[in-house]
Amino acid sequence: MGNPTLSWNLVDDVNRLLEYQFMVNALEAGTIVAVMAGVVGWYMVLRRQSFAGHTIAVMAFPGASGAALAGVPAALGYYLACGIAALTIGRAGGSSARGRGAESAAIGVVQVAGLAAGFLFLSLYSGVLEQLQTLLFGTFLGIDSGQVLTLLVVAVVVLGVLAVVGRPLLLATLDPEVARARGVPVGALDAGFLLVLGLAVAATSQITGALLVFALLVAPAAAAQALTPRPGRSLVLSVVFALLVMWAGLGVSYFSIYPLGFFVTSFAFGLYVLAQLARHARGRFAGDGPGAAPGALSDVLPHEPGPARTM
Amino acid sequence: MNTPAIELRGASARMGGQLVWSDVELVVRRGEFVAVLGSNGSGKSTLLKAILGLVDTEPGTVRVLGGEPGGANREIGYLPQRHGFGGSLALRGVDLVRLGLDGARWGLPSPLGARGALSRRAKARVGEVIELVGAGDYAERTLSELSGGEQQRILIAQALVRRPRILMLDEPLDSLDLPNQAAVSALVQRICRAENVAVLLVAHDVNPLLEYLDQVIYLAGGRALQGPVERVITSAKLSELYGAPIEVLRSSDGRLVVVGQPEAPHVHGPRHG
Repeated sequence: MGNPTLSWNLVDDVNRLLEYQFMVNALEAGTIVAVMAGVVGWYMVLRRQSFAGHTIAVMAFPGASGAALAGVPAALGYYLACGIAALTIGRAGGSSARGRGAESAAIGVVQVAGLAAGFLFLSLYSGVLEQLQTLLFGTFLGIDSGQVLTLLVVAVVVLGVLAVVGRPLLLATLDPEVARARGVPVGALDAGFLLVLGLAVAATSQITGALLVFALLVAPAAAAQALTPRPGRSLVLSVVFALLVMWAGLGVSYFSIYPLGFFVTSFAFGLYVLAQLARHARGRFAGDGPGAAPGALSDVLPHEPGPARTM
Repeated sequence: MNTPAIELRGASARMGGQLVWSDVELVVRRGEFVAVLGSNGSGKSTLLKAILGLVDTEPGTVRVLGGEPGGANREIGYLPQRHGFGGSLALRGVDLVRLGLDGARWGLPSPLGARGALSRRAKARVGEVIELVGAGDYAERTLSELSGGEQQRILIAQALVRRPRILMLDEPLDSLDLPNQAAVSALVQRICRAENVAVLLVAHDVNPLLEYLDQVIYLAGGRALQGPVERVITSAKLSELYGAPIEVLRSSDGRLVVVGQPEAPHVHGPRHG
């Protein structure tokens, strides 16, 4: 394709970019992945499960090297490894404070075990795992129509599940005790969300790479949640941000010699920084502290000693 | 109207295999404001969970609104002890109240999933209940910007938004200053009368509630005693309940001081009485 250069005529640039089928595939795949990551990431950040998400993402490594060893498609390895990790973490967790502590320790153990298994599979495979770089840092080259279709099916499943459980999941996240009292199956939702996260991470990491899934899962959601406290608005904003980051990353990396993962991550990070700056600036102008400072209610309730107990 | 809102007959409760209380007899009717008192670990929160059907109460019977516990939880407004919000999202008061209205229903998070007349009705109800608790001035602000008393009003609005027939508040006065304790107590009494709900309010200290209460339930020594304050909180009754000498003193301004109560032997933790 020679060495395409970016001109100042954006329409012309986009037209040149869409001349190639692989680029069309990449844009389709990227769009699907961005919408899914924007929604799933929004819940993940809200539920403070970024560590779980990261660990599931790391599972792409043993998943892909295991698949190479077994001689099955890499994608199958991704989904299997991420699914197993999600189930394991779900079993270790719980929504009580003690459960959360045990969960984070268990997640760490799962992560180390996954990495170790990945290196073992890689040594046993003894051949050169060509896509190791791709696996870790992502690619937009060589995405075929079959992969796009698989991503679409996964996204429809993930978004379909969240469209049904989205509201009780929000209640169970913010207010588990009230949710339980109202008959919401909090435990099942906790486990189910991890599985959905596993699916979304496995799909996303095929585009962004295992190490950089986070750019799409965390940054857009965290930026959106810093900008508005309204659940509906920040969820929509999270998807918009993920799409912007993905499209900009694909567009620029097409005209550049540097990898996609670098651009997606940099744009996502830039967006997050801008959102934080905007939040602080707004708080400064409003004169009464950050307008949408994140913080659990339990952190901000006053803790001054109460009046002397008489009973 | 004649069926009590809450009725326990010879009921007992177990948490983690351990007996918390047993042989408990209680009746609470609609429009009654009842405080649940007792020291840490005496099973006050467990009583609320038993009424919600979240705790095993065999042997004995628990009837809630004439049915099995857990069957009528839609009719119960429940405010757990010190809401521990797991999210990093700063939430506005109105959004929290809205979650109380329809948060348990399947679907997209509100307001994304709602439109039309249903959505307008939901909005109107949220506004109405916010006015009822007097939180109109700050309900649009995020919870992290509100004082403890303001947050407590929003939380009470959340518990009330579905027009429950029973309202259960777990330590809503904890961590409030004295003027706010009095204001919230008065608010709960007003709601109790105006909405004709049965109110169970768990408290450490009965004094801020004294002039508003109809009855108290005192939990101690694995048993419970119910009745008007002046009949339950007496030296004789509490000594019998604790099985140890207890003295109840009344100060000149009418405040009650209980002297000599031992802490229950099995304390589950400071926040889980």
